[in-house]
Amino acid sequence: MTAATQPNEYVADEPTILPGKAPLDQDWADVAKWGAIGASTMIFVVLSGMLTGLDSRLVIERVFSLGYLAVVWVPLTLGFLVAREEVLEGMASHAKGANEVVSGGIVGALSGAGLSLLILLMDSFDLRDPLVNWSDKTLGLLQFSEDSFFGIVMWAVIGLLLGAIGAGLHLLTPDMRRLVKIMVVTVLFVSVFETFLTDLFKGFGLVFITDFLYAARGGLTIISTIVLAIVAGLVAFFGKGRVKQAQTRINAGAVEGGGRTKANIAMFVIGGLLLVILPIFTGKITNELLANVGIFLLLALGLNIVVGLAGILDLGYVAFFAAGSYTTAILTSPNSPGWSPELPWWVALIVTIGVAALAGLLIGAPVIRMRGDYLAIVTLGFGEIIRLLFLSDWLSPWFGGAQGITNIPPADFGFFEVKGTDPRSVFYLVLALSAIAIYVSWRLERSRMGRAWMAIREDESVAEAMGINTVNVKLMAFVVGAVLASFAGAVFSAKVGSVFPSSFLILVSIIILVVVIVGGMGNIPGVIVGAVVLIGVLGGPKQPGLLQEFSEYKLLIYGALLIFMMLTKPEGLVPNARRTRELHQDEFLQDAWLRKQVDEDEEASEAELGDGPTAGAPA
Amino acid sequence: MSEDTRTPLLEFRDINTHYGAVHILKDVNLAIYPGELVCLLGGNASGKSTTLKTLLGMVTPTTGDVVLDGEVVTNQPTSYRVERGITMVPENRRLFKRLSVKENLELGAYLRKDKDGMASDMERIFEMFPRVKERLNQKSGTLSGGEQQMVAMGRALMSRPRVLLMDEPSMGLAPALVQTNFELIQQIHADGVAIFMVEQNANMALSIADRGWVLQTGRVVLDDTADALLVHPELRASYLGDAGGH
Ligand SMILES: Nc1ncnc2c1ncn2[C@@H]1O[C@H](COP(=O)(O)OP(=O)(O)OP(=O)(O)O)[C@@H](O)[C@H]1O
Ligand SMILES: [Mg+2]
Repeated sequence: MTAATQPNEYVADEPTILPGKAPLDQDWADVAKWGAIGASTMIFVVLSGMLTGLDSRLVIERVFSLGYLAVVWVPLTLGFLVAREEVLEGMASHAKGANEVVSGGIVGALSGAGLSLLILLMDSFDLRDPLVNWSDKTLGLLQFSEDSFFGIVMWAVIGLLLGAIGAGLHLLTPDMRRLVKIMVVTVLFVSVFETFLTDLFKGFGLVFITDFLYAARGGLTIISTIVLAIVAGLVAFFGKGRVKQAQTRINAGAVEGGGRTKANIAMFVIGGLLLVILPIFTGKITNELLANVGIFLLLALGLNIVVGLAGILDLGYVAFFAAGSYTTAILTSPNSPGWSPELPWWVALIVTIGVAALAGLLIGAPVIRMRGDYLAIVTLGFGEIIRLLFLSDWLSPWFGGAQGITNIPPADFGFFEVKGTDPRSVFYLVLALSAIAIYVSWRLERSRMGRAWMAIREDESVAEAMGINTVNVKLMAFVVGAVLASFAGAVFSAKVGSVFPSSFLILVSIIILVVVIVGGMGNIPGVIVGAVVLIGVLGGPKQPGLLQEFSEYKLLIYGALLIFMMLTKPEGLVPNARRTRELHQDEFLQDAWLRKQVDEDEEASEAELGDGPTAGAPA
Repeated sequence: MSEDTRTPLLEFRDINTHYGAVHILKDVNLAIYPGELVCLLGGNASGKSTTLKTLLGMVTPTTGDVVLDGEVVTNQPTSYRVERGITMVPENRRLFKRLSVKENLELGAYLRKDKDGMASDMERIFEMFPRVKERLNQKSGTLSGGEQQMVAMGRALMSRPRVLLMDEPSMGLAPALVQTNFELIQQIHADGVAIFMVEQNANMALSIADRGWVLQTGRVVLDDTADALLVHPELRASYLGDAGGH
């Protein structure tokens, strides 16, 4: 690693820019493909009920509802995508102009025409039977309460315009494009997160801001939209230089290595302080959200060890959450059907951890000898078996069957009581436990055990050949995962006050898995981001998120997000920074070597390259 | 070889190994003495890799004993044997692909507790393979085949073995690298490590080995010194491609 390894100094050669193409010099097949994608997406969104379901939720007062937003992003985005030109280094690019706007416009118009077609069909046929949203209400919204001809024409025109605007973004300079993007995103963000922001501003005594921003019936007012856009634009315009500076500084620190760890620790400390202080000001809704995020974060951190580090695809992880919840419930509730010792919560927690560890051993032992797909299927089965046992009549004298266990008391710490009606207290408890879980995960990842987990994930038989006792090490992953899940279970019981078998559906396992995958497997910051984005914004299996309006489509969005991530960013939202950097450094070194900037080992390398391919077979 | 009076480092006594009902190794007897370089030859599916796996304990024999330094270890797990000085460089190298070169090397020393010894062994490996040091932080899966071979050998050496099992170390390497590879194996051997090598490249393997065995459908059909095997008429006909006239 010599002075040449300064990735920041590396500047690609400016690409050659050819004059723009003629407006009609289009790749028609590509345009038709994107148009068809747009049309079917828009029809799908409307028929899935988003247009009608989200119509009452206004984005901008009287003008624009969330329902329409769910539809019109399609032509805009596709117009932008179709006009995009991927320029590889060393290849020429074209100047952007009429050609792009035309292709964007056509794609947009084709997409919009999808809805025109839908209006025509809805007008002529009745398919209400299989399609619940084939309704007059949908048709009315599609036609903007006018006649069908108006609607048909309008959608083609709207599509055309939005597609052209999307494509037109490429004509702007990068700075302008950024400005527009920030303005639009700010307006949408402030509007969509209305409940959350109202709650937050109330806590800080800034009600006058939200009073100004939002109309009485919800949504931004036209005036506030304009003001907001201008403010966002101004801030973006004048703040730009500073962001760049900060970025350069962070990047410079990153290369140092040592500085980065310090920066990371500082960030954790500041973040932690914020998290301690923030809930004092935020209201119930926000704190409830934060508490749910925390519970799922605990679960996701545990599963991250099992799936992300040890590579064991456990699809029945919810079993440990259930075991933790039920153990705490039985030990603390005066209503437990079989035996109710009514222990204080923290004593119950200790027992719960023990029970969870045991459950990890018992469930882990039989499945751990399997590999890959078989293991995944068997864990799926175990997850369901555990739930069915809690539900069964046979065990109902202990677990209460479908009635579950109710009347679980709050967690009482003497000076501090954690109960569901006070989400702030739940949040603090969960914050403390998450801090422990993060620390434990972090230490484990760097331990000998963590190494062994990763080796098993990469190649189990070779790991065995290195002398790793694979059975024990995999069992440990199960046990640690189970214990972290039991933390979540213990909090969940005290928070909700009752546990039922129906709280532990397979869906919970799947959602935790999606959190881990979307965030970034085997990567703690990734898992945290995943939990905040998915559970906080979209919501958990039964817990509402920030986008309460989208609850109905939560699983749809989860699925779409999962597919999107797998296709485009399989390493997750927060890829492992350390590895990425090292890889890039290495690429850089190769580049530098090719351009003769690294000269120490040049001779050696050349010698080696020289005799490789030409030498004959030894005899 | 019965004339040797030392205790063998590693020994097979009448080993039979089955996969399910299929009989793979049949009454195999082998002995490797400290500091020796021996090779096992044989056609495809003759049971060579199975022999190595049985030696290391990844496959348990149906009858017979594996003896390590005079101690019967037939029912001991792999980790027990690794701790007592056996290591393998697996077929096709099989690095931990998404882990860095450094992490791969450290995993080779998984059972060791002596930090200082590990550090000096790593230095020793860097001396032997300077390339490995340059690539220390690279993901091992992105290395070239030759580099992967070096890391795989380095990883095995990190456990400071007394006997190194190598499964087809020259598979998939360019001819020039095969030569280098055999030189490296000799160098490791010169450091006092006994080497048990499975090779398709019989000519080269025998030219550096002390002794060799030939396995045919799980049975040892030839057991002799390398020099004798090199001139053995049957072996020359079947493995050494005598038609080519070496
Ligand atoms: N896990 C297994 N289960 C069942 N059969 C196996 C297993 N592993 C190997 N075999 C079979 O055992 C026989 C010997 O395999 P082995 O890998 O020892 O051959 P080999 O001599 O190393 O061959 P090659 O030179 O091709 O590597 C083969 O017929 C193979 O199909
Ligand atoms: Mg083999």
